[in-house]
Amino acid sequence: MADPTTLPSAQTAAGRWSLRVLALGYLGALLFVPVAYVLVKTFGHGIGRVIDSITTPAAIHAFQLTLELAAIAVPLNTVFGIAMALALVRGRFPGKGILNALIDLPFAISPVVIGLALLLVYGRGGWLDGLPFQVLFSLPGMALATIFVCLPFVVREVAPVLREVGDESEQAAATLGASRWQAFWRVTLPSIRWGVAYGVVLSVARAIGEFGAVSIVSGNIAGRTQTLTLLVQERYNNFDKAGAYAASTLLALIALSTLLSMTITRRREP
Amino acid sequence: MLGLGVGTLWLSVIVLLPLAAVVTRAFDGGVSAFLDAATSRQAIDALVLTLVVSLLVTAVNAVMGTVIAWVLVRDRFPGKVVLNALIDLPFALPTVVAGVTLVLLYPDVAYTRAGIALALAFVTLPFVVRSVQPVLMELDREVEDAAASLGARPSQILRRIVLPTLAPAIVSGAALGFARAVGEFGSVVIIGANIPFHSQVASVYIFSQVESGNTNGAAAVAVVLLTISVLILIGIRALGGTRDDG
Amino acid sequence: MSNAPVRRILVALTALGALAVLAGCGGASDTSGGNAAAAAASGKPTLALVAYSTPQVVYDEAIPAFQKTAQGKGIGFTQSYGASGDQSRAVAGGQPADVVELSLAPDVTRLVKAGIVASDWDATPTKGFLTDSVVALIVRKGNPKHVKGWADLLRPGVNVVTPNPFTSGAAKWNLLGAYVYGGLPYVKQLISQHVKVQPKSGREALQTFTGGEGDVLISYENEAITAQQKGEQVDYVIPPQNILIQNPVAVTRTSKHPDEANSFVAFLESAAGQRLFAKRGYRPVDPSVAKQFHFPMPADLKTIDDLGGWSKVDDQLFDPDKGSVAQIEQDAGVSTAK
Repeated sequence: MADPTTLPSAQTAAGRWSLRVLALGYLGALLFVPVAYVLVKTFGHGIGRVIDSITTPAAIHAFQLTLELAAIAVPLNTVFGIAMALALVRGRFPGKGILNALIDLPFAISPVVIGLALLLVYGRGGWLDGLPFQVLFSLPGMALATIFVCLPFVVREVAPVLREVGDESEQAAATLGASRWQAFWRVTLPSIRWGVAYGVVLSVARAIGEFGAVSIVSGNIAGRTQTLTLLVQERYNNFDKAGAYAASTLLALIALSTLLSMTITRRREP
Repeated sequence: MLGLGVGTLWLSVIVLLPLAAVVTRAFDGGVSAFLDAATSRQAIDALVLTLVVSLLVTAVNAVMGTVIAWVLVRDRFPGKVVLNALIDLPFALPTVVAGVTLVLLYPDVAYTRAGIALALAFVTLPFVVRSVQPVLMELDREVEDAAASLGARPSQILRRIVLPTLAPAIVSGAALGFARAVGEFGSVVIIGANIPFHSQVASVYIFSQVESGNTNGAAAVAVVLLTISVLILIGIRALGGTRDDG
Repeated sequence: MSNAPVRRILVALTALGALAVLAGCGGASDTSGGNAAAAAASGKPTLALVAYSTPQVVYDEAIPAFQKTAQGKGIGFTQSYGASGDQSRAVAGGQPADVVELSLAPDVTRLVKAGIVASDWDATPTKGFLTDSVVALIVRKGNPKHVKGWADLLRPGVNVVTPNPFTSGAAKWNLLGAYVYGGLPYVKQLISQHVKVQPKSGREALQTFTGGEGDVLISYENEAITAQQKGEQVDYVIPPQNILIQNPVAVTRTSKHPDEANSFVAFLESAAGQRLFAKRGYRPVDPSVAKQFHFPMPADLKTIDDLGGWSKVDDQLFDPDKGSVAQIEQDAGVSTAK
């Protein structure tokens, strides 16, 4: 395989430099500076205070709850995503355009509306009011909101890769006698692994960073239904800016470690 | 196909059921009440502002996202790994932090409509980048190299080979980014001035309707916003030339 | 291409997901009152307090103080704080609550309509109110712009921050103070020429102001005092033309421990409880406690009843389509549209 870092045939040396400057400039203004600001605000008073701030009982519980919600939402949406991507790219059925748009909808809906929608279905007087267990203002409701907001990611990351890769390898496998499940497991899945990986990474980041919809259906009960983002909000409102930034940095670290584990896994590939 | 069936069921329970509840609520007072709420001046202004700014930001991020993805995959320089890791942060940071930080860092655009665009650019930054990256990584360089050896210039290779291959991914990422921009609330409500008719986006208007006790009106505007978003999403994909997939 | 890493990742994800769901089932029972069940088994009821955001500092002290009393001994608490409207809607939507304390009466009325609070909730000696406050004009430390009252807000170049009354019911108090001073003409001039930012809620407005935006913040007295206690560099002015901000409290009909909930509210209304509120800048409804704390009395203090009650005010001023303030906001927005 060609060395990915030699100059691509589609690019001149000057083009490479100008793209680099453009990308770094844009990212600098939009991303680095804000992130650096958050870090400075977090560690500005020393790492001791940061540790204190993220090891309070409320913070620890928020951390656990955040991870728990991601651990529920992401695997489920990954399975959904792969199945849906396969259907969309390889299947033939009417209404693909509508289905496509529906899958993207969770993002287009403001968190206010998601919260309202969940209230209308599972809340008091709602369509599914009266279930034997507590849905809203408890973990299930928060899980529903989290699943909702990171639903599209894996589909959208996998589908373009599926399209690019094509299905010749699966056809070859079929002619060699592989069952559909074998073909899926040994041929399809590896070919889309980076789409899946990025989809998972983005889903995790989105799930842990979700604020609006979860805040409406969580009840914001301290130590019970408060995620890290809700904790950030509470601390910010209660004049504990350093604590708010510390919790934000923790969220950033979780997102970074997800990406890091994916990158490390990639490095180990032959 | 089993996958399609299971997937549609999941989609229905998680997304369509709650949405159906909103649509039902929007028409609770009848069609005329729905139309009244959906076409009030304030609602229309909020919708127009939201859609215009979101489309603008989507266009910018489609270009910049592709550039950044290209640099991340095909270029090499110190710190690239760190850079790659940072791209996802706009998702992980609570929107409240994003809004507050941007206000403090860029006070000139704070409380202006440009500020809204800035916040939306921030929260939708990862979409196109992460959408294009896996496709770029899968891209077989040999086709490009072969074209080069046949005498094609870099710009030709770019235009005729690379970009068409990337187009579905760019479109997919851009569509997602647009959808997110349209629904964004937390950061925009902080960096915008929230003046009705001037700097109030649809999601803030919907929230104000809920707070004022006008849930039916809120649901109505939400339904309108969603419908327009669906149409624009279908349009963006049609533009990308993809007929059948994400 | 090897798919071993993919397999590992998928297995790990599935395991994590299964673990999370299992833990979640346990957690769900916790958050739905499992703890309460455990507590009840040992004879300890748990009360769910749902309150608006600002008195959290008070409850941090009031709850332990209550638990030291004879009636409060052994009673556990869960606490939820947030914007008054959000909290009210959450309880109306099914969030379990034994005691609710909110920023303005309409947020309790919503619960009455939902059947969660009895319609005679305000038939108490204090009319259902737990604390009072008044509108305060918060300025930079040292009052560099020499703001003494409402009139100064209309001086050229004075930049005013006030929360949006349509995204925050509690923010209506702020504009009502202005309304008491100069009626609709004053409010019109204020909003169209001096208000450039309308944050989503009172607390966000305070953070916006302390972040450097604006010269004057229209807020509550108790917010100003809390901000100062937390070290913010602000001063405040109580304008003589003012409105009495009254914060209601109620025990829900759906409470499983009404006796304990009522004794908690009784504690909050007692001298001991009222003193805790007063220390944080909330005006006690208990006159004897109020006397000990020297809150300045505005010369022309109106109540919401003087203005005709909340229904009338909400209809005439704050109706999102036909209200006068809505009209003013619209005109202001149109005139400043580029």
